[in-house]
Amino acid sequence: MPLQTQTEPPVIEVSHVSTRFGAAVVHDDVSLAVQRGEVFAIAGGNGCGKSTLLREIIGLLTPSAGSIRLFGVDSRQLEVSDGTAIHRRFGVMFQQGALFSSLTLAENVAVPLHEHAEISPQLIRDIVAVKIRMVGLPPDSAGKYPSELSGGMRRRAALARAIVMDPELLFLDEPTAGLDPIIAAGFDELVLQLKGLWGLTVVIVTHDLDSLWRISDRVAVLGNGTVLGIGTMQELWASNDLRIHEYFHGPRGRAAEAQHGKKL
Amino acid sequence: MKRINQKGGESAYLRIGEDQTLLCQGVWTLPHVAEVERIVDKVVWPAGRQLTCDGAGITAMDTAGAVLLRRVVSRLEQQGRRVLVQGLRAEVREIFDMAMSNWPGATPAAFTRPSSMAQLTQLVEGRIRHGQQALAFLGESAVALARSLRAPARIRWRALFRSLELDGFNALPITGLLTFLIGVVIAYQGAEQLRKFGTNIFIVDLVGISLLREIAPLIVAIVIAGRSGSAYAAEIGTMKVTEELDAVRTLGISPIDLLVLPRTIALVIALPLLTVYADVLGVFGGMLIASGQLNVSFAEFVARFEEAVALRHFLIGIGKAPFFAMIIALVGCYQGFQIRGGVEDVGRHTTISVVQSIFLVIIFDAICSILLNWWAL
Repeated sequence: MPLQTQTEPPVIEVSHVSTRFGAAVVHDDVSLAVQRGEVFAIAGGNGCGKSTLLREIIGLLTPSAGSIRLFGVDSRQLEVSDGTAIHRRFGVMFQQGALFSSLTLAENVAVPLHEHAEISPQLIRDIVAVKIRMVGLPPDSAGKYPSELSGGMRRRAALARAIVMDPELLFLDEPTAGLDPIIAAGFDELVLQLKGLWGLTVVIVTHDLDSLWRISDRVAVLGNGTVLGIGTMQELWASNDLRIHEYFHGPRGRAAEAQHGKKL
Repeated sequence: MKRINQKGGESAYLRIGEDQTLLCQGVWTLPHVAEVERIVDKVVWPAGRQLTCDGAGITAMDTAGAVLLRRVVSRLEQQGRRVLVQGLRAEVREIFDMAMSNWPGATPAAFTRPSSMAQLTQLVEGRIRHGQQALAFLGESAVALARSLRAPARIRWRALFRSLELDGFNALPITGLLTFLIGVVIAYQGAEQLRKFGTNIFIVDLVGISLLREIAPLIVAIVIAGRSGSAYAAEIGTMKVTEELDAVRTLGISPIDLLVLPRTIALVIALPLLTVYADVLGVFGGMLIASGQLNVSFAEFVARFEEAVALRHFLIGIGKAPFFAMIIALVGCYQGFQIRGGVEDVGRHTTISVVQSIFLVIIFDAICSILLNWWAL
C-alpha cells in the first residue's frame, strides 16, 4: 500500500454510481475511491462496464445516478470550459491510442503543451523528444504519421502524449492488450518508474493478470454491475467470493500468481 | 505575472551568484518554466571554463523544468565549458537524471527539401502511377462485369436492389425539386426576352430542348455525384480502414463483385430513370411560368412541345445518363479503394471523388455536344 494520510481526500471518488443504457443495466451502485500515489486497477470480465466506468470518471459519459468526484470536482462539470484546469492534471491513454491522424507522432505528443503551456517551441520540442525516448520509441519515428506506425508504437505514442504534461493522474485503458510480452512488460516498468518519479496516481483498466500482479497496489473487480471486491492482489487471490475466485484462479491466473505472487 | 499571484508567490528563477555559480531556485514546473526561459535568453554567463550550477534552491521540478535545466547545461557545454550540477534534492535529482538519460543525442538531420526537378519528377511519376492504377481498376471492373453478365447468378442482387433504393428511389425528391426549380428559372429568364419580340410560344422550345437535352441529365448527375459518389468512396474507404475489405478477400469474395458492380449497375439503371422523371418535372416548372407570365396555356404548351421538341433531344439526354452513371460509380468506388491507412484519408478521397466525377461528367458532356454538333444531330 502506498503511503497516505487518512485526512487527504481521495483523488477519485465514485459514489453509488448507476449506469443504464436503455433497459441494459451496466452499473448498479458502484462505489470506490482512489488514493493519491497508488496504482489502482479495474478488472473484470468482458462487458462488465470497466471502460464505461473509466469514461464516466473522465467526464466523457454521465452516469444515470450517483456522483463522481475527480480532484474533488464533480465530473459533470468537466465538460464546461472551466474544466481545463482539471484537464491539465490528468492524462488519458485510450485503448486504440486515439492519435490524431493528421499530425505526426511528435506533433501528437506536443498537442497538450501547445494548448496548455506558454513555453517556447524549442523547449516543447525538447520535452517531446525526452518523452518519446522515455516510452521507448526510436527518435526517427517522431516525424512519422500514425498510419505509418505499428500498433505497439501507436500505443507508446499515446502514452507519451498522456504523460507529456507530467500529470498527477494517469488513466490507462487496456494498455497492454494486444502487445508483445516484451513491450507489455516495458509498459509495466514505465508505469512503476513514473509512479516513483513524481508520485503519479494511475488508474488502469486491464485484463492482463501479469500487469495486475506486477504493478497494481489495489484492484477493484467489477461484475454483475457492482464491485465484487476491492483489495490488493493477495487479498483478492484469497477471496472466498466465487466470481472473484473464478477470475483469478483460472489456468492463466494461477500461472501469473506463480510468477509474481511470491515476490510481493 | 498573474501566475505568481495565482500560485501564491510561487515562481522559478535562475541567477548568477556572487561566486559565479548559477543559482537555480523555486518551482521548476511547467507553469513556471516560461519565466526561467525568458531569463536564460538575457542572462550574461560568467566567464571561465568550469561552472557550478547550484540547484539546492529548487523545491519542485517536473520534466519541463528538467529539460530546461538540461538545455541550459547543454548550451553552456556547446560554448566549450564544463558544467557541474550539484545540490539537487533527491526527488529533483531523480527527475533530472531521467531527463538526462532520455536526452536525445544528435538531433535528427534537418529535413531537406528536394530540388524542384526532383519534385517535378515525383509529381509526374505520381500522376502516371495514378493513371495506371485507375486503368487497372477500370479493366478489373470490366472483366468482372463481363463475367457477371455471362453468369447473372453471380450478380449480388440484394446489394443491387438496395443500391437502387438508396441511390435511385431515395433521390427522387431532391432531383425532382431541383429540376422543377431549374425549369422555373429558365422559363423566367426566357420570358423576359421572348415577350419583347412577341414570340411567347417559343418558351416551349427553350425550356423543352435545353432541359431534355442538357440540363436535366446534368443536374441529376451532379446531385447523384454529391449524394452517392461520395457515399461510395466513404463506405469503401472506411471498410478498407477497418480491414473489412481484407476480410472479404480472405473469404474468397471479390470486392469488385461485392461492392463495385452492384453499385455501378444500379446507377446505370437509376440515372436514366431519374433523368426522365427530372425531364417531366422540369418541363412542368417551365409550363407553370409560361402560363403565368406569357399566357401560354397548358394545352398550347403541350401542342407546341409535340411539334417543336424532336424525340432525339430526349433520347440524347437519356442516352448520356448511363455514361454519367458509370463515371460517378467508378470514380466513387475507385477513390474508396485508393484510401490508405488513416481516417483523414477518407475525407480527402471523398472530396476528390465528388470533384473528379463532376469534372469528368462535364467533360464528357462537352465532348458529346461537340461530336453531336459535327454529326448535325
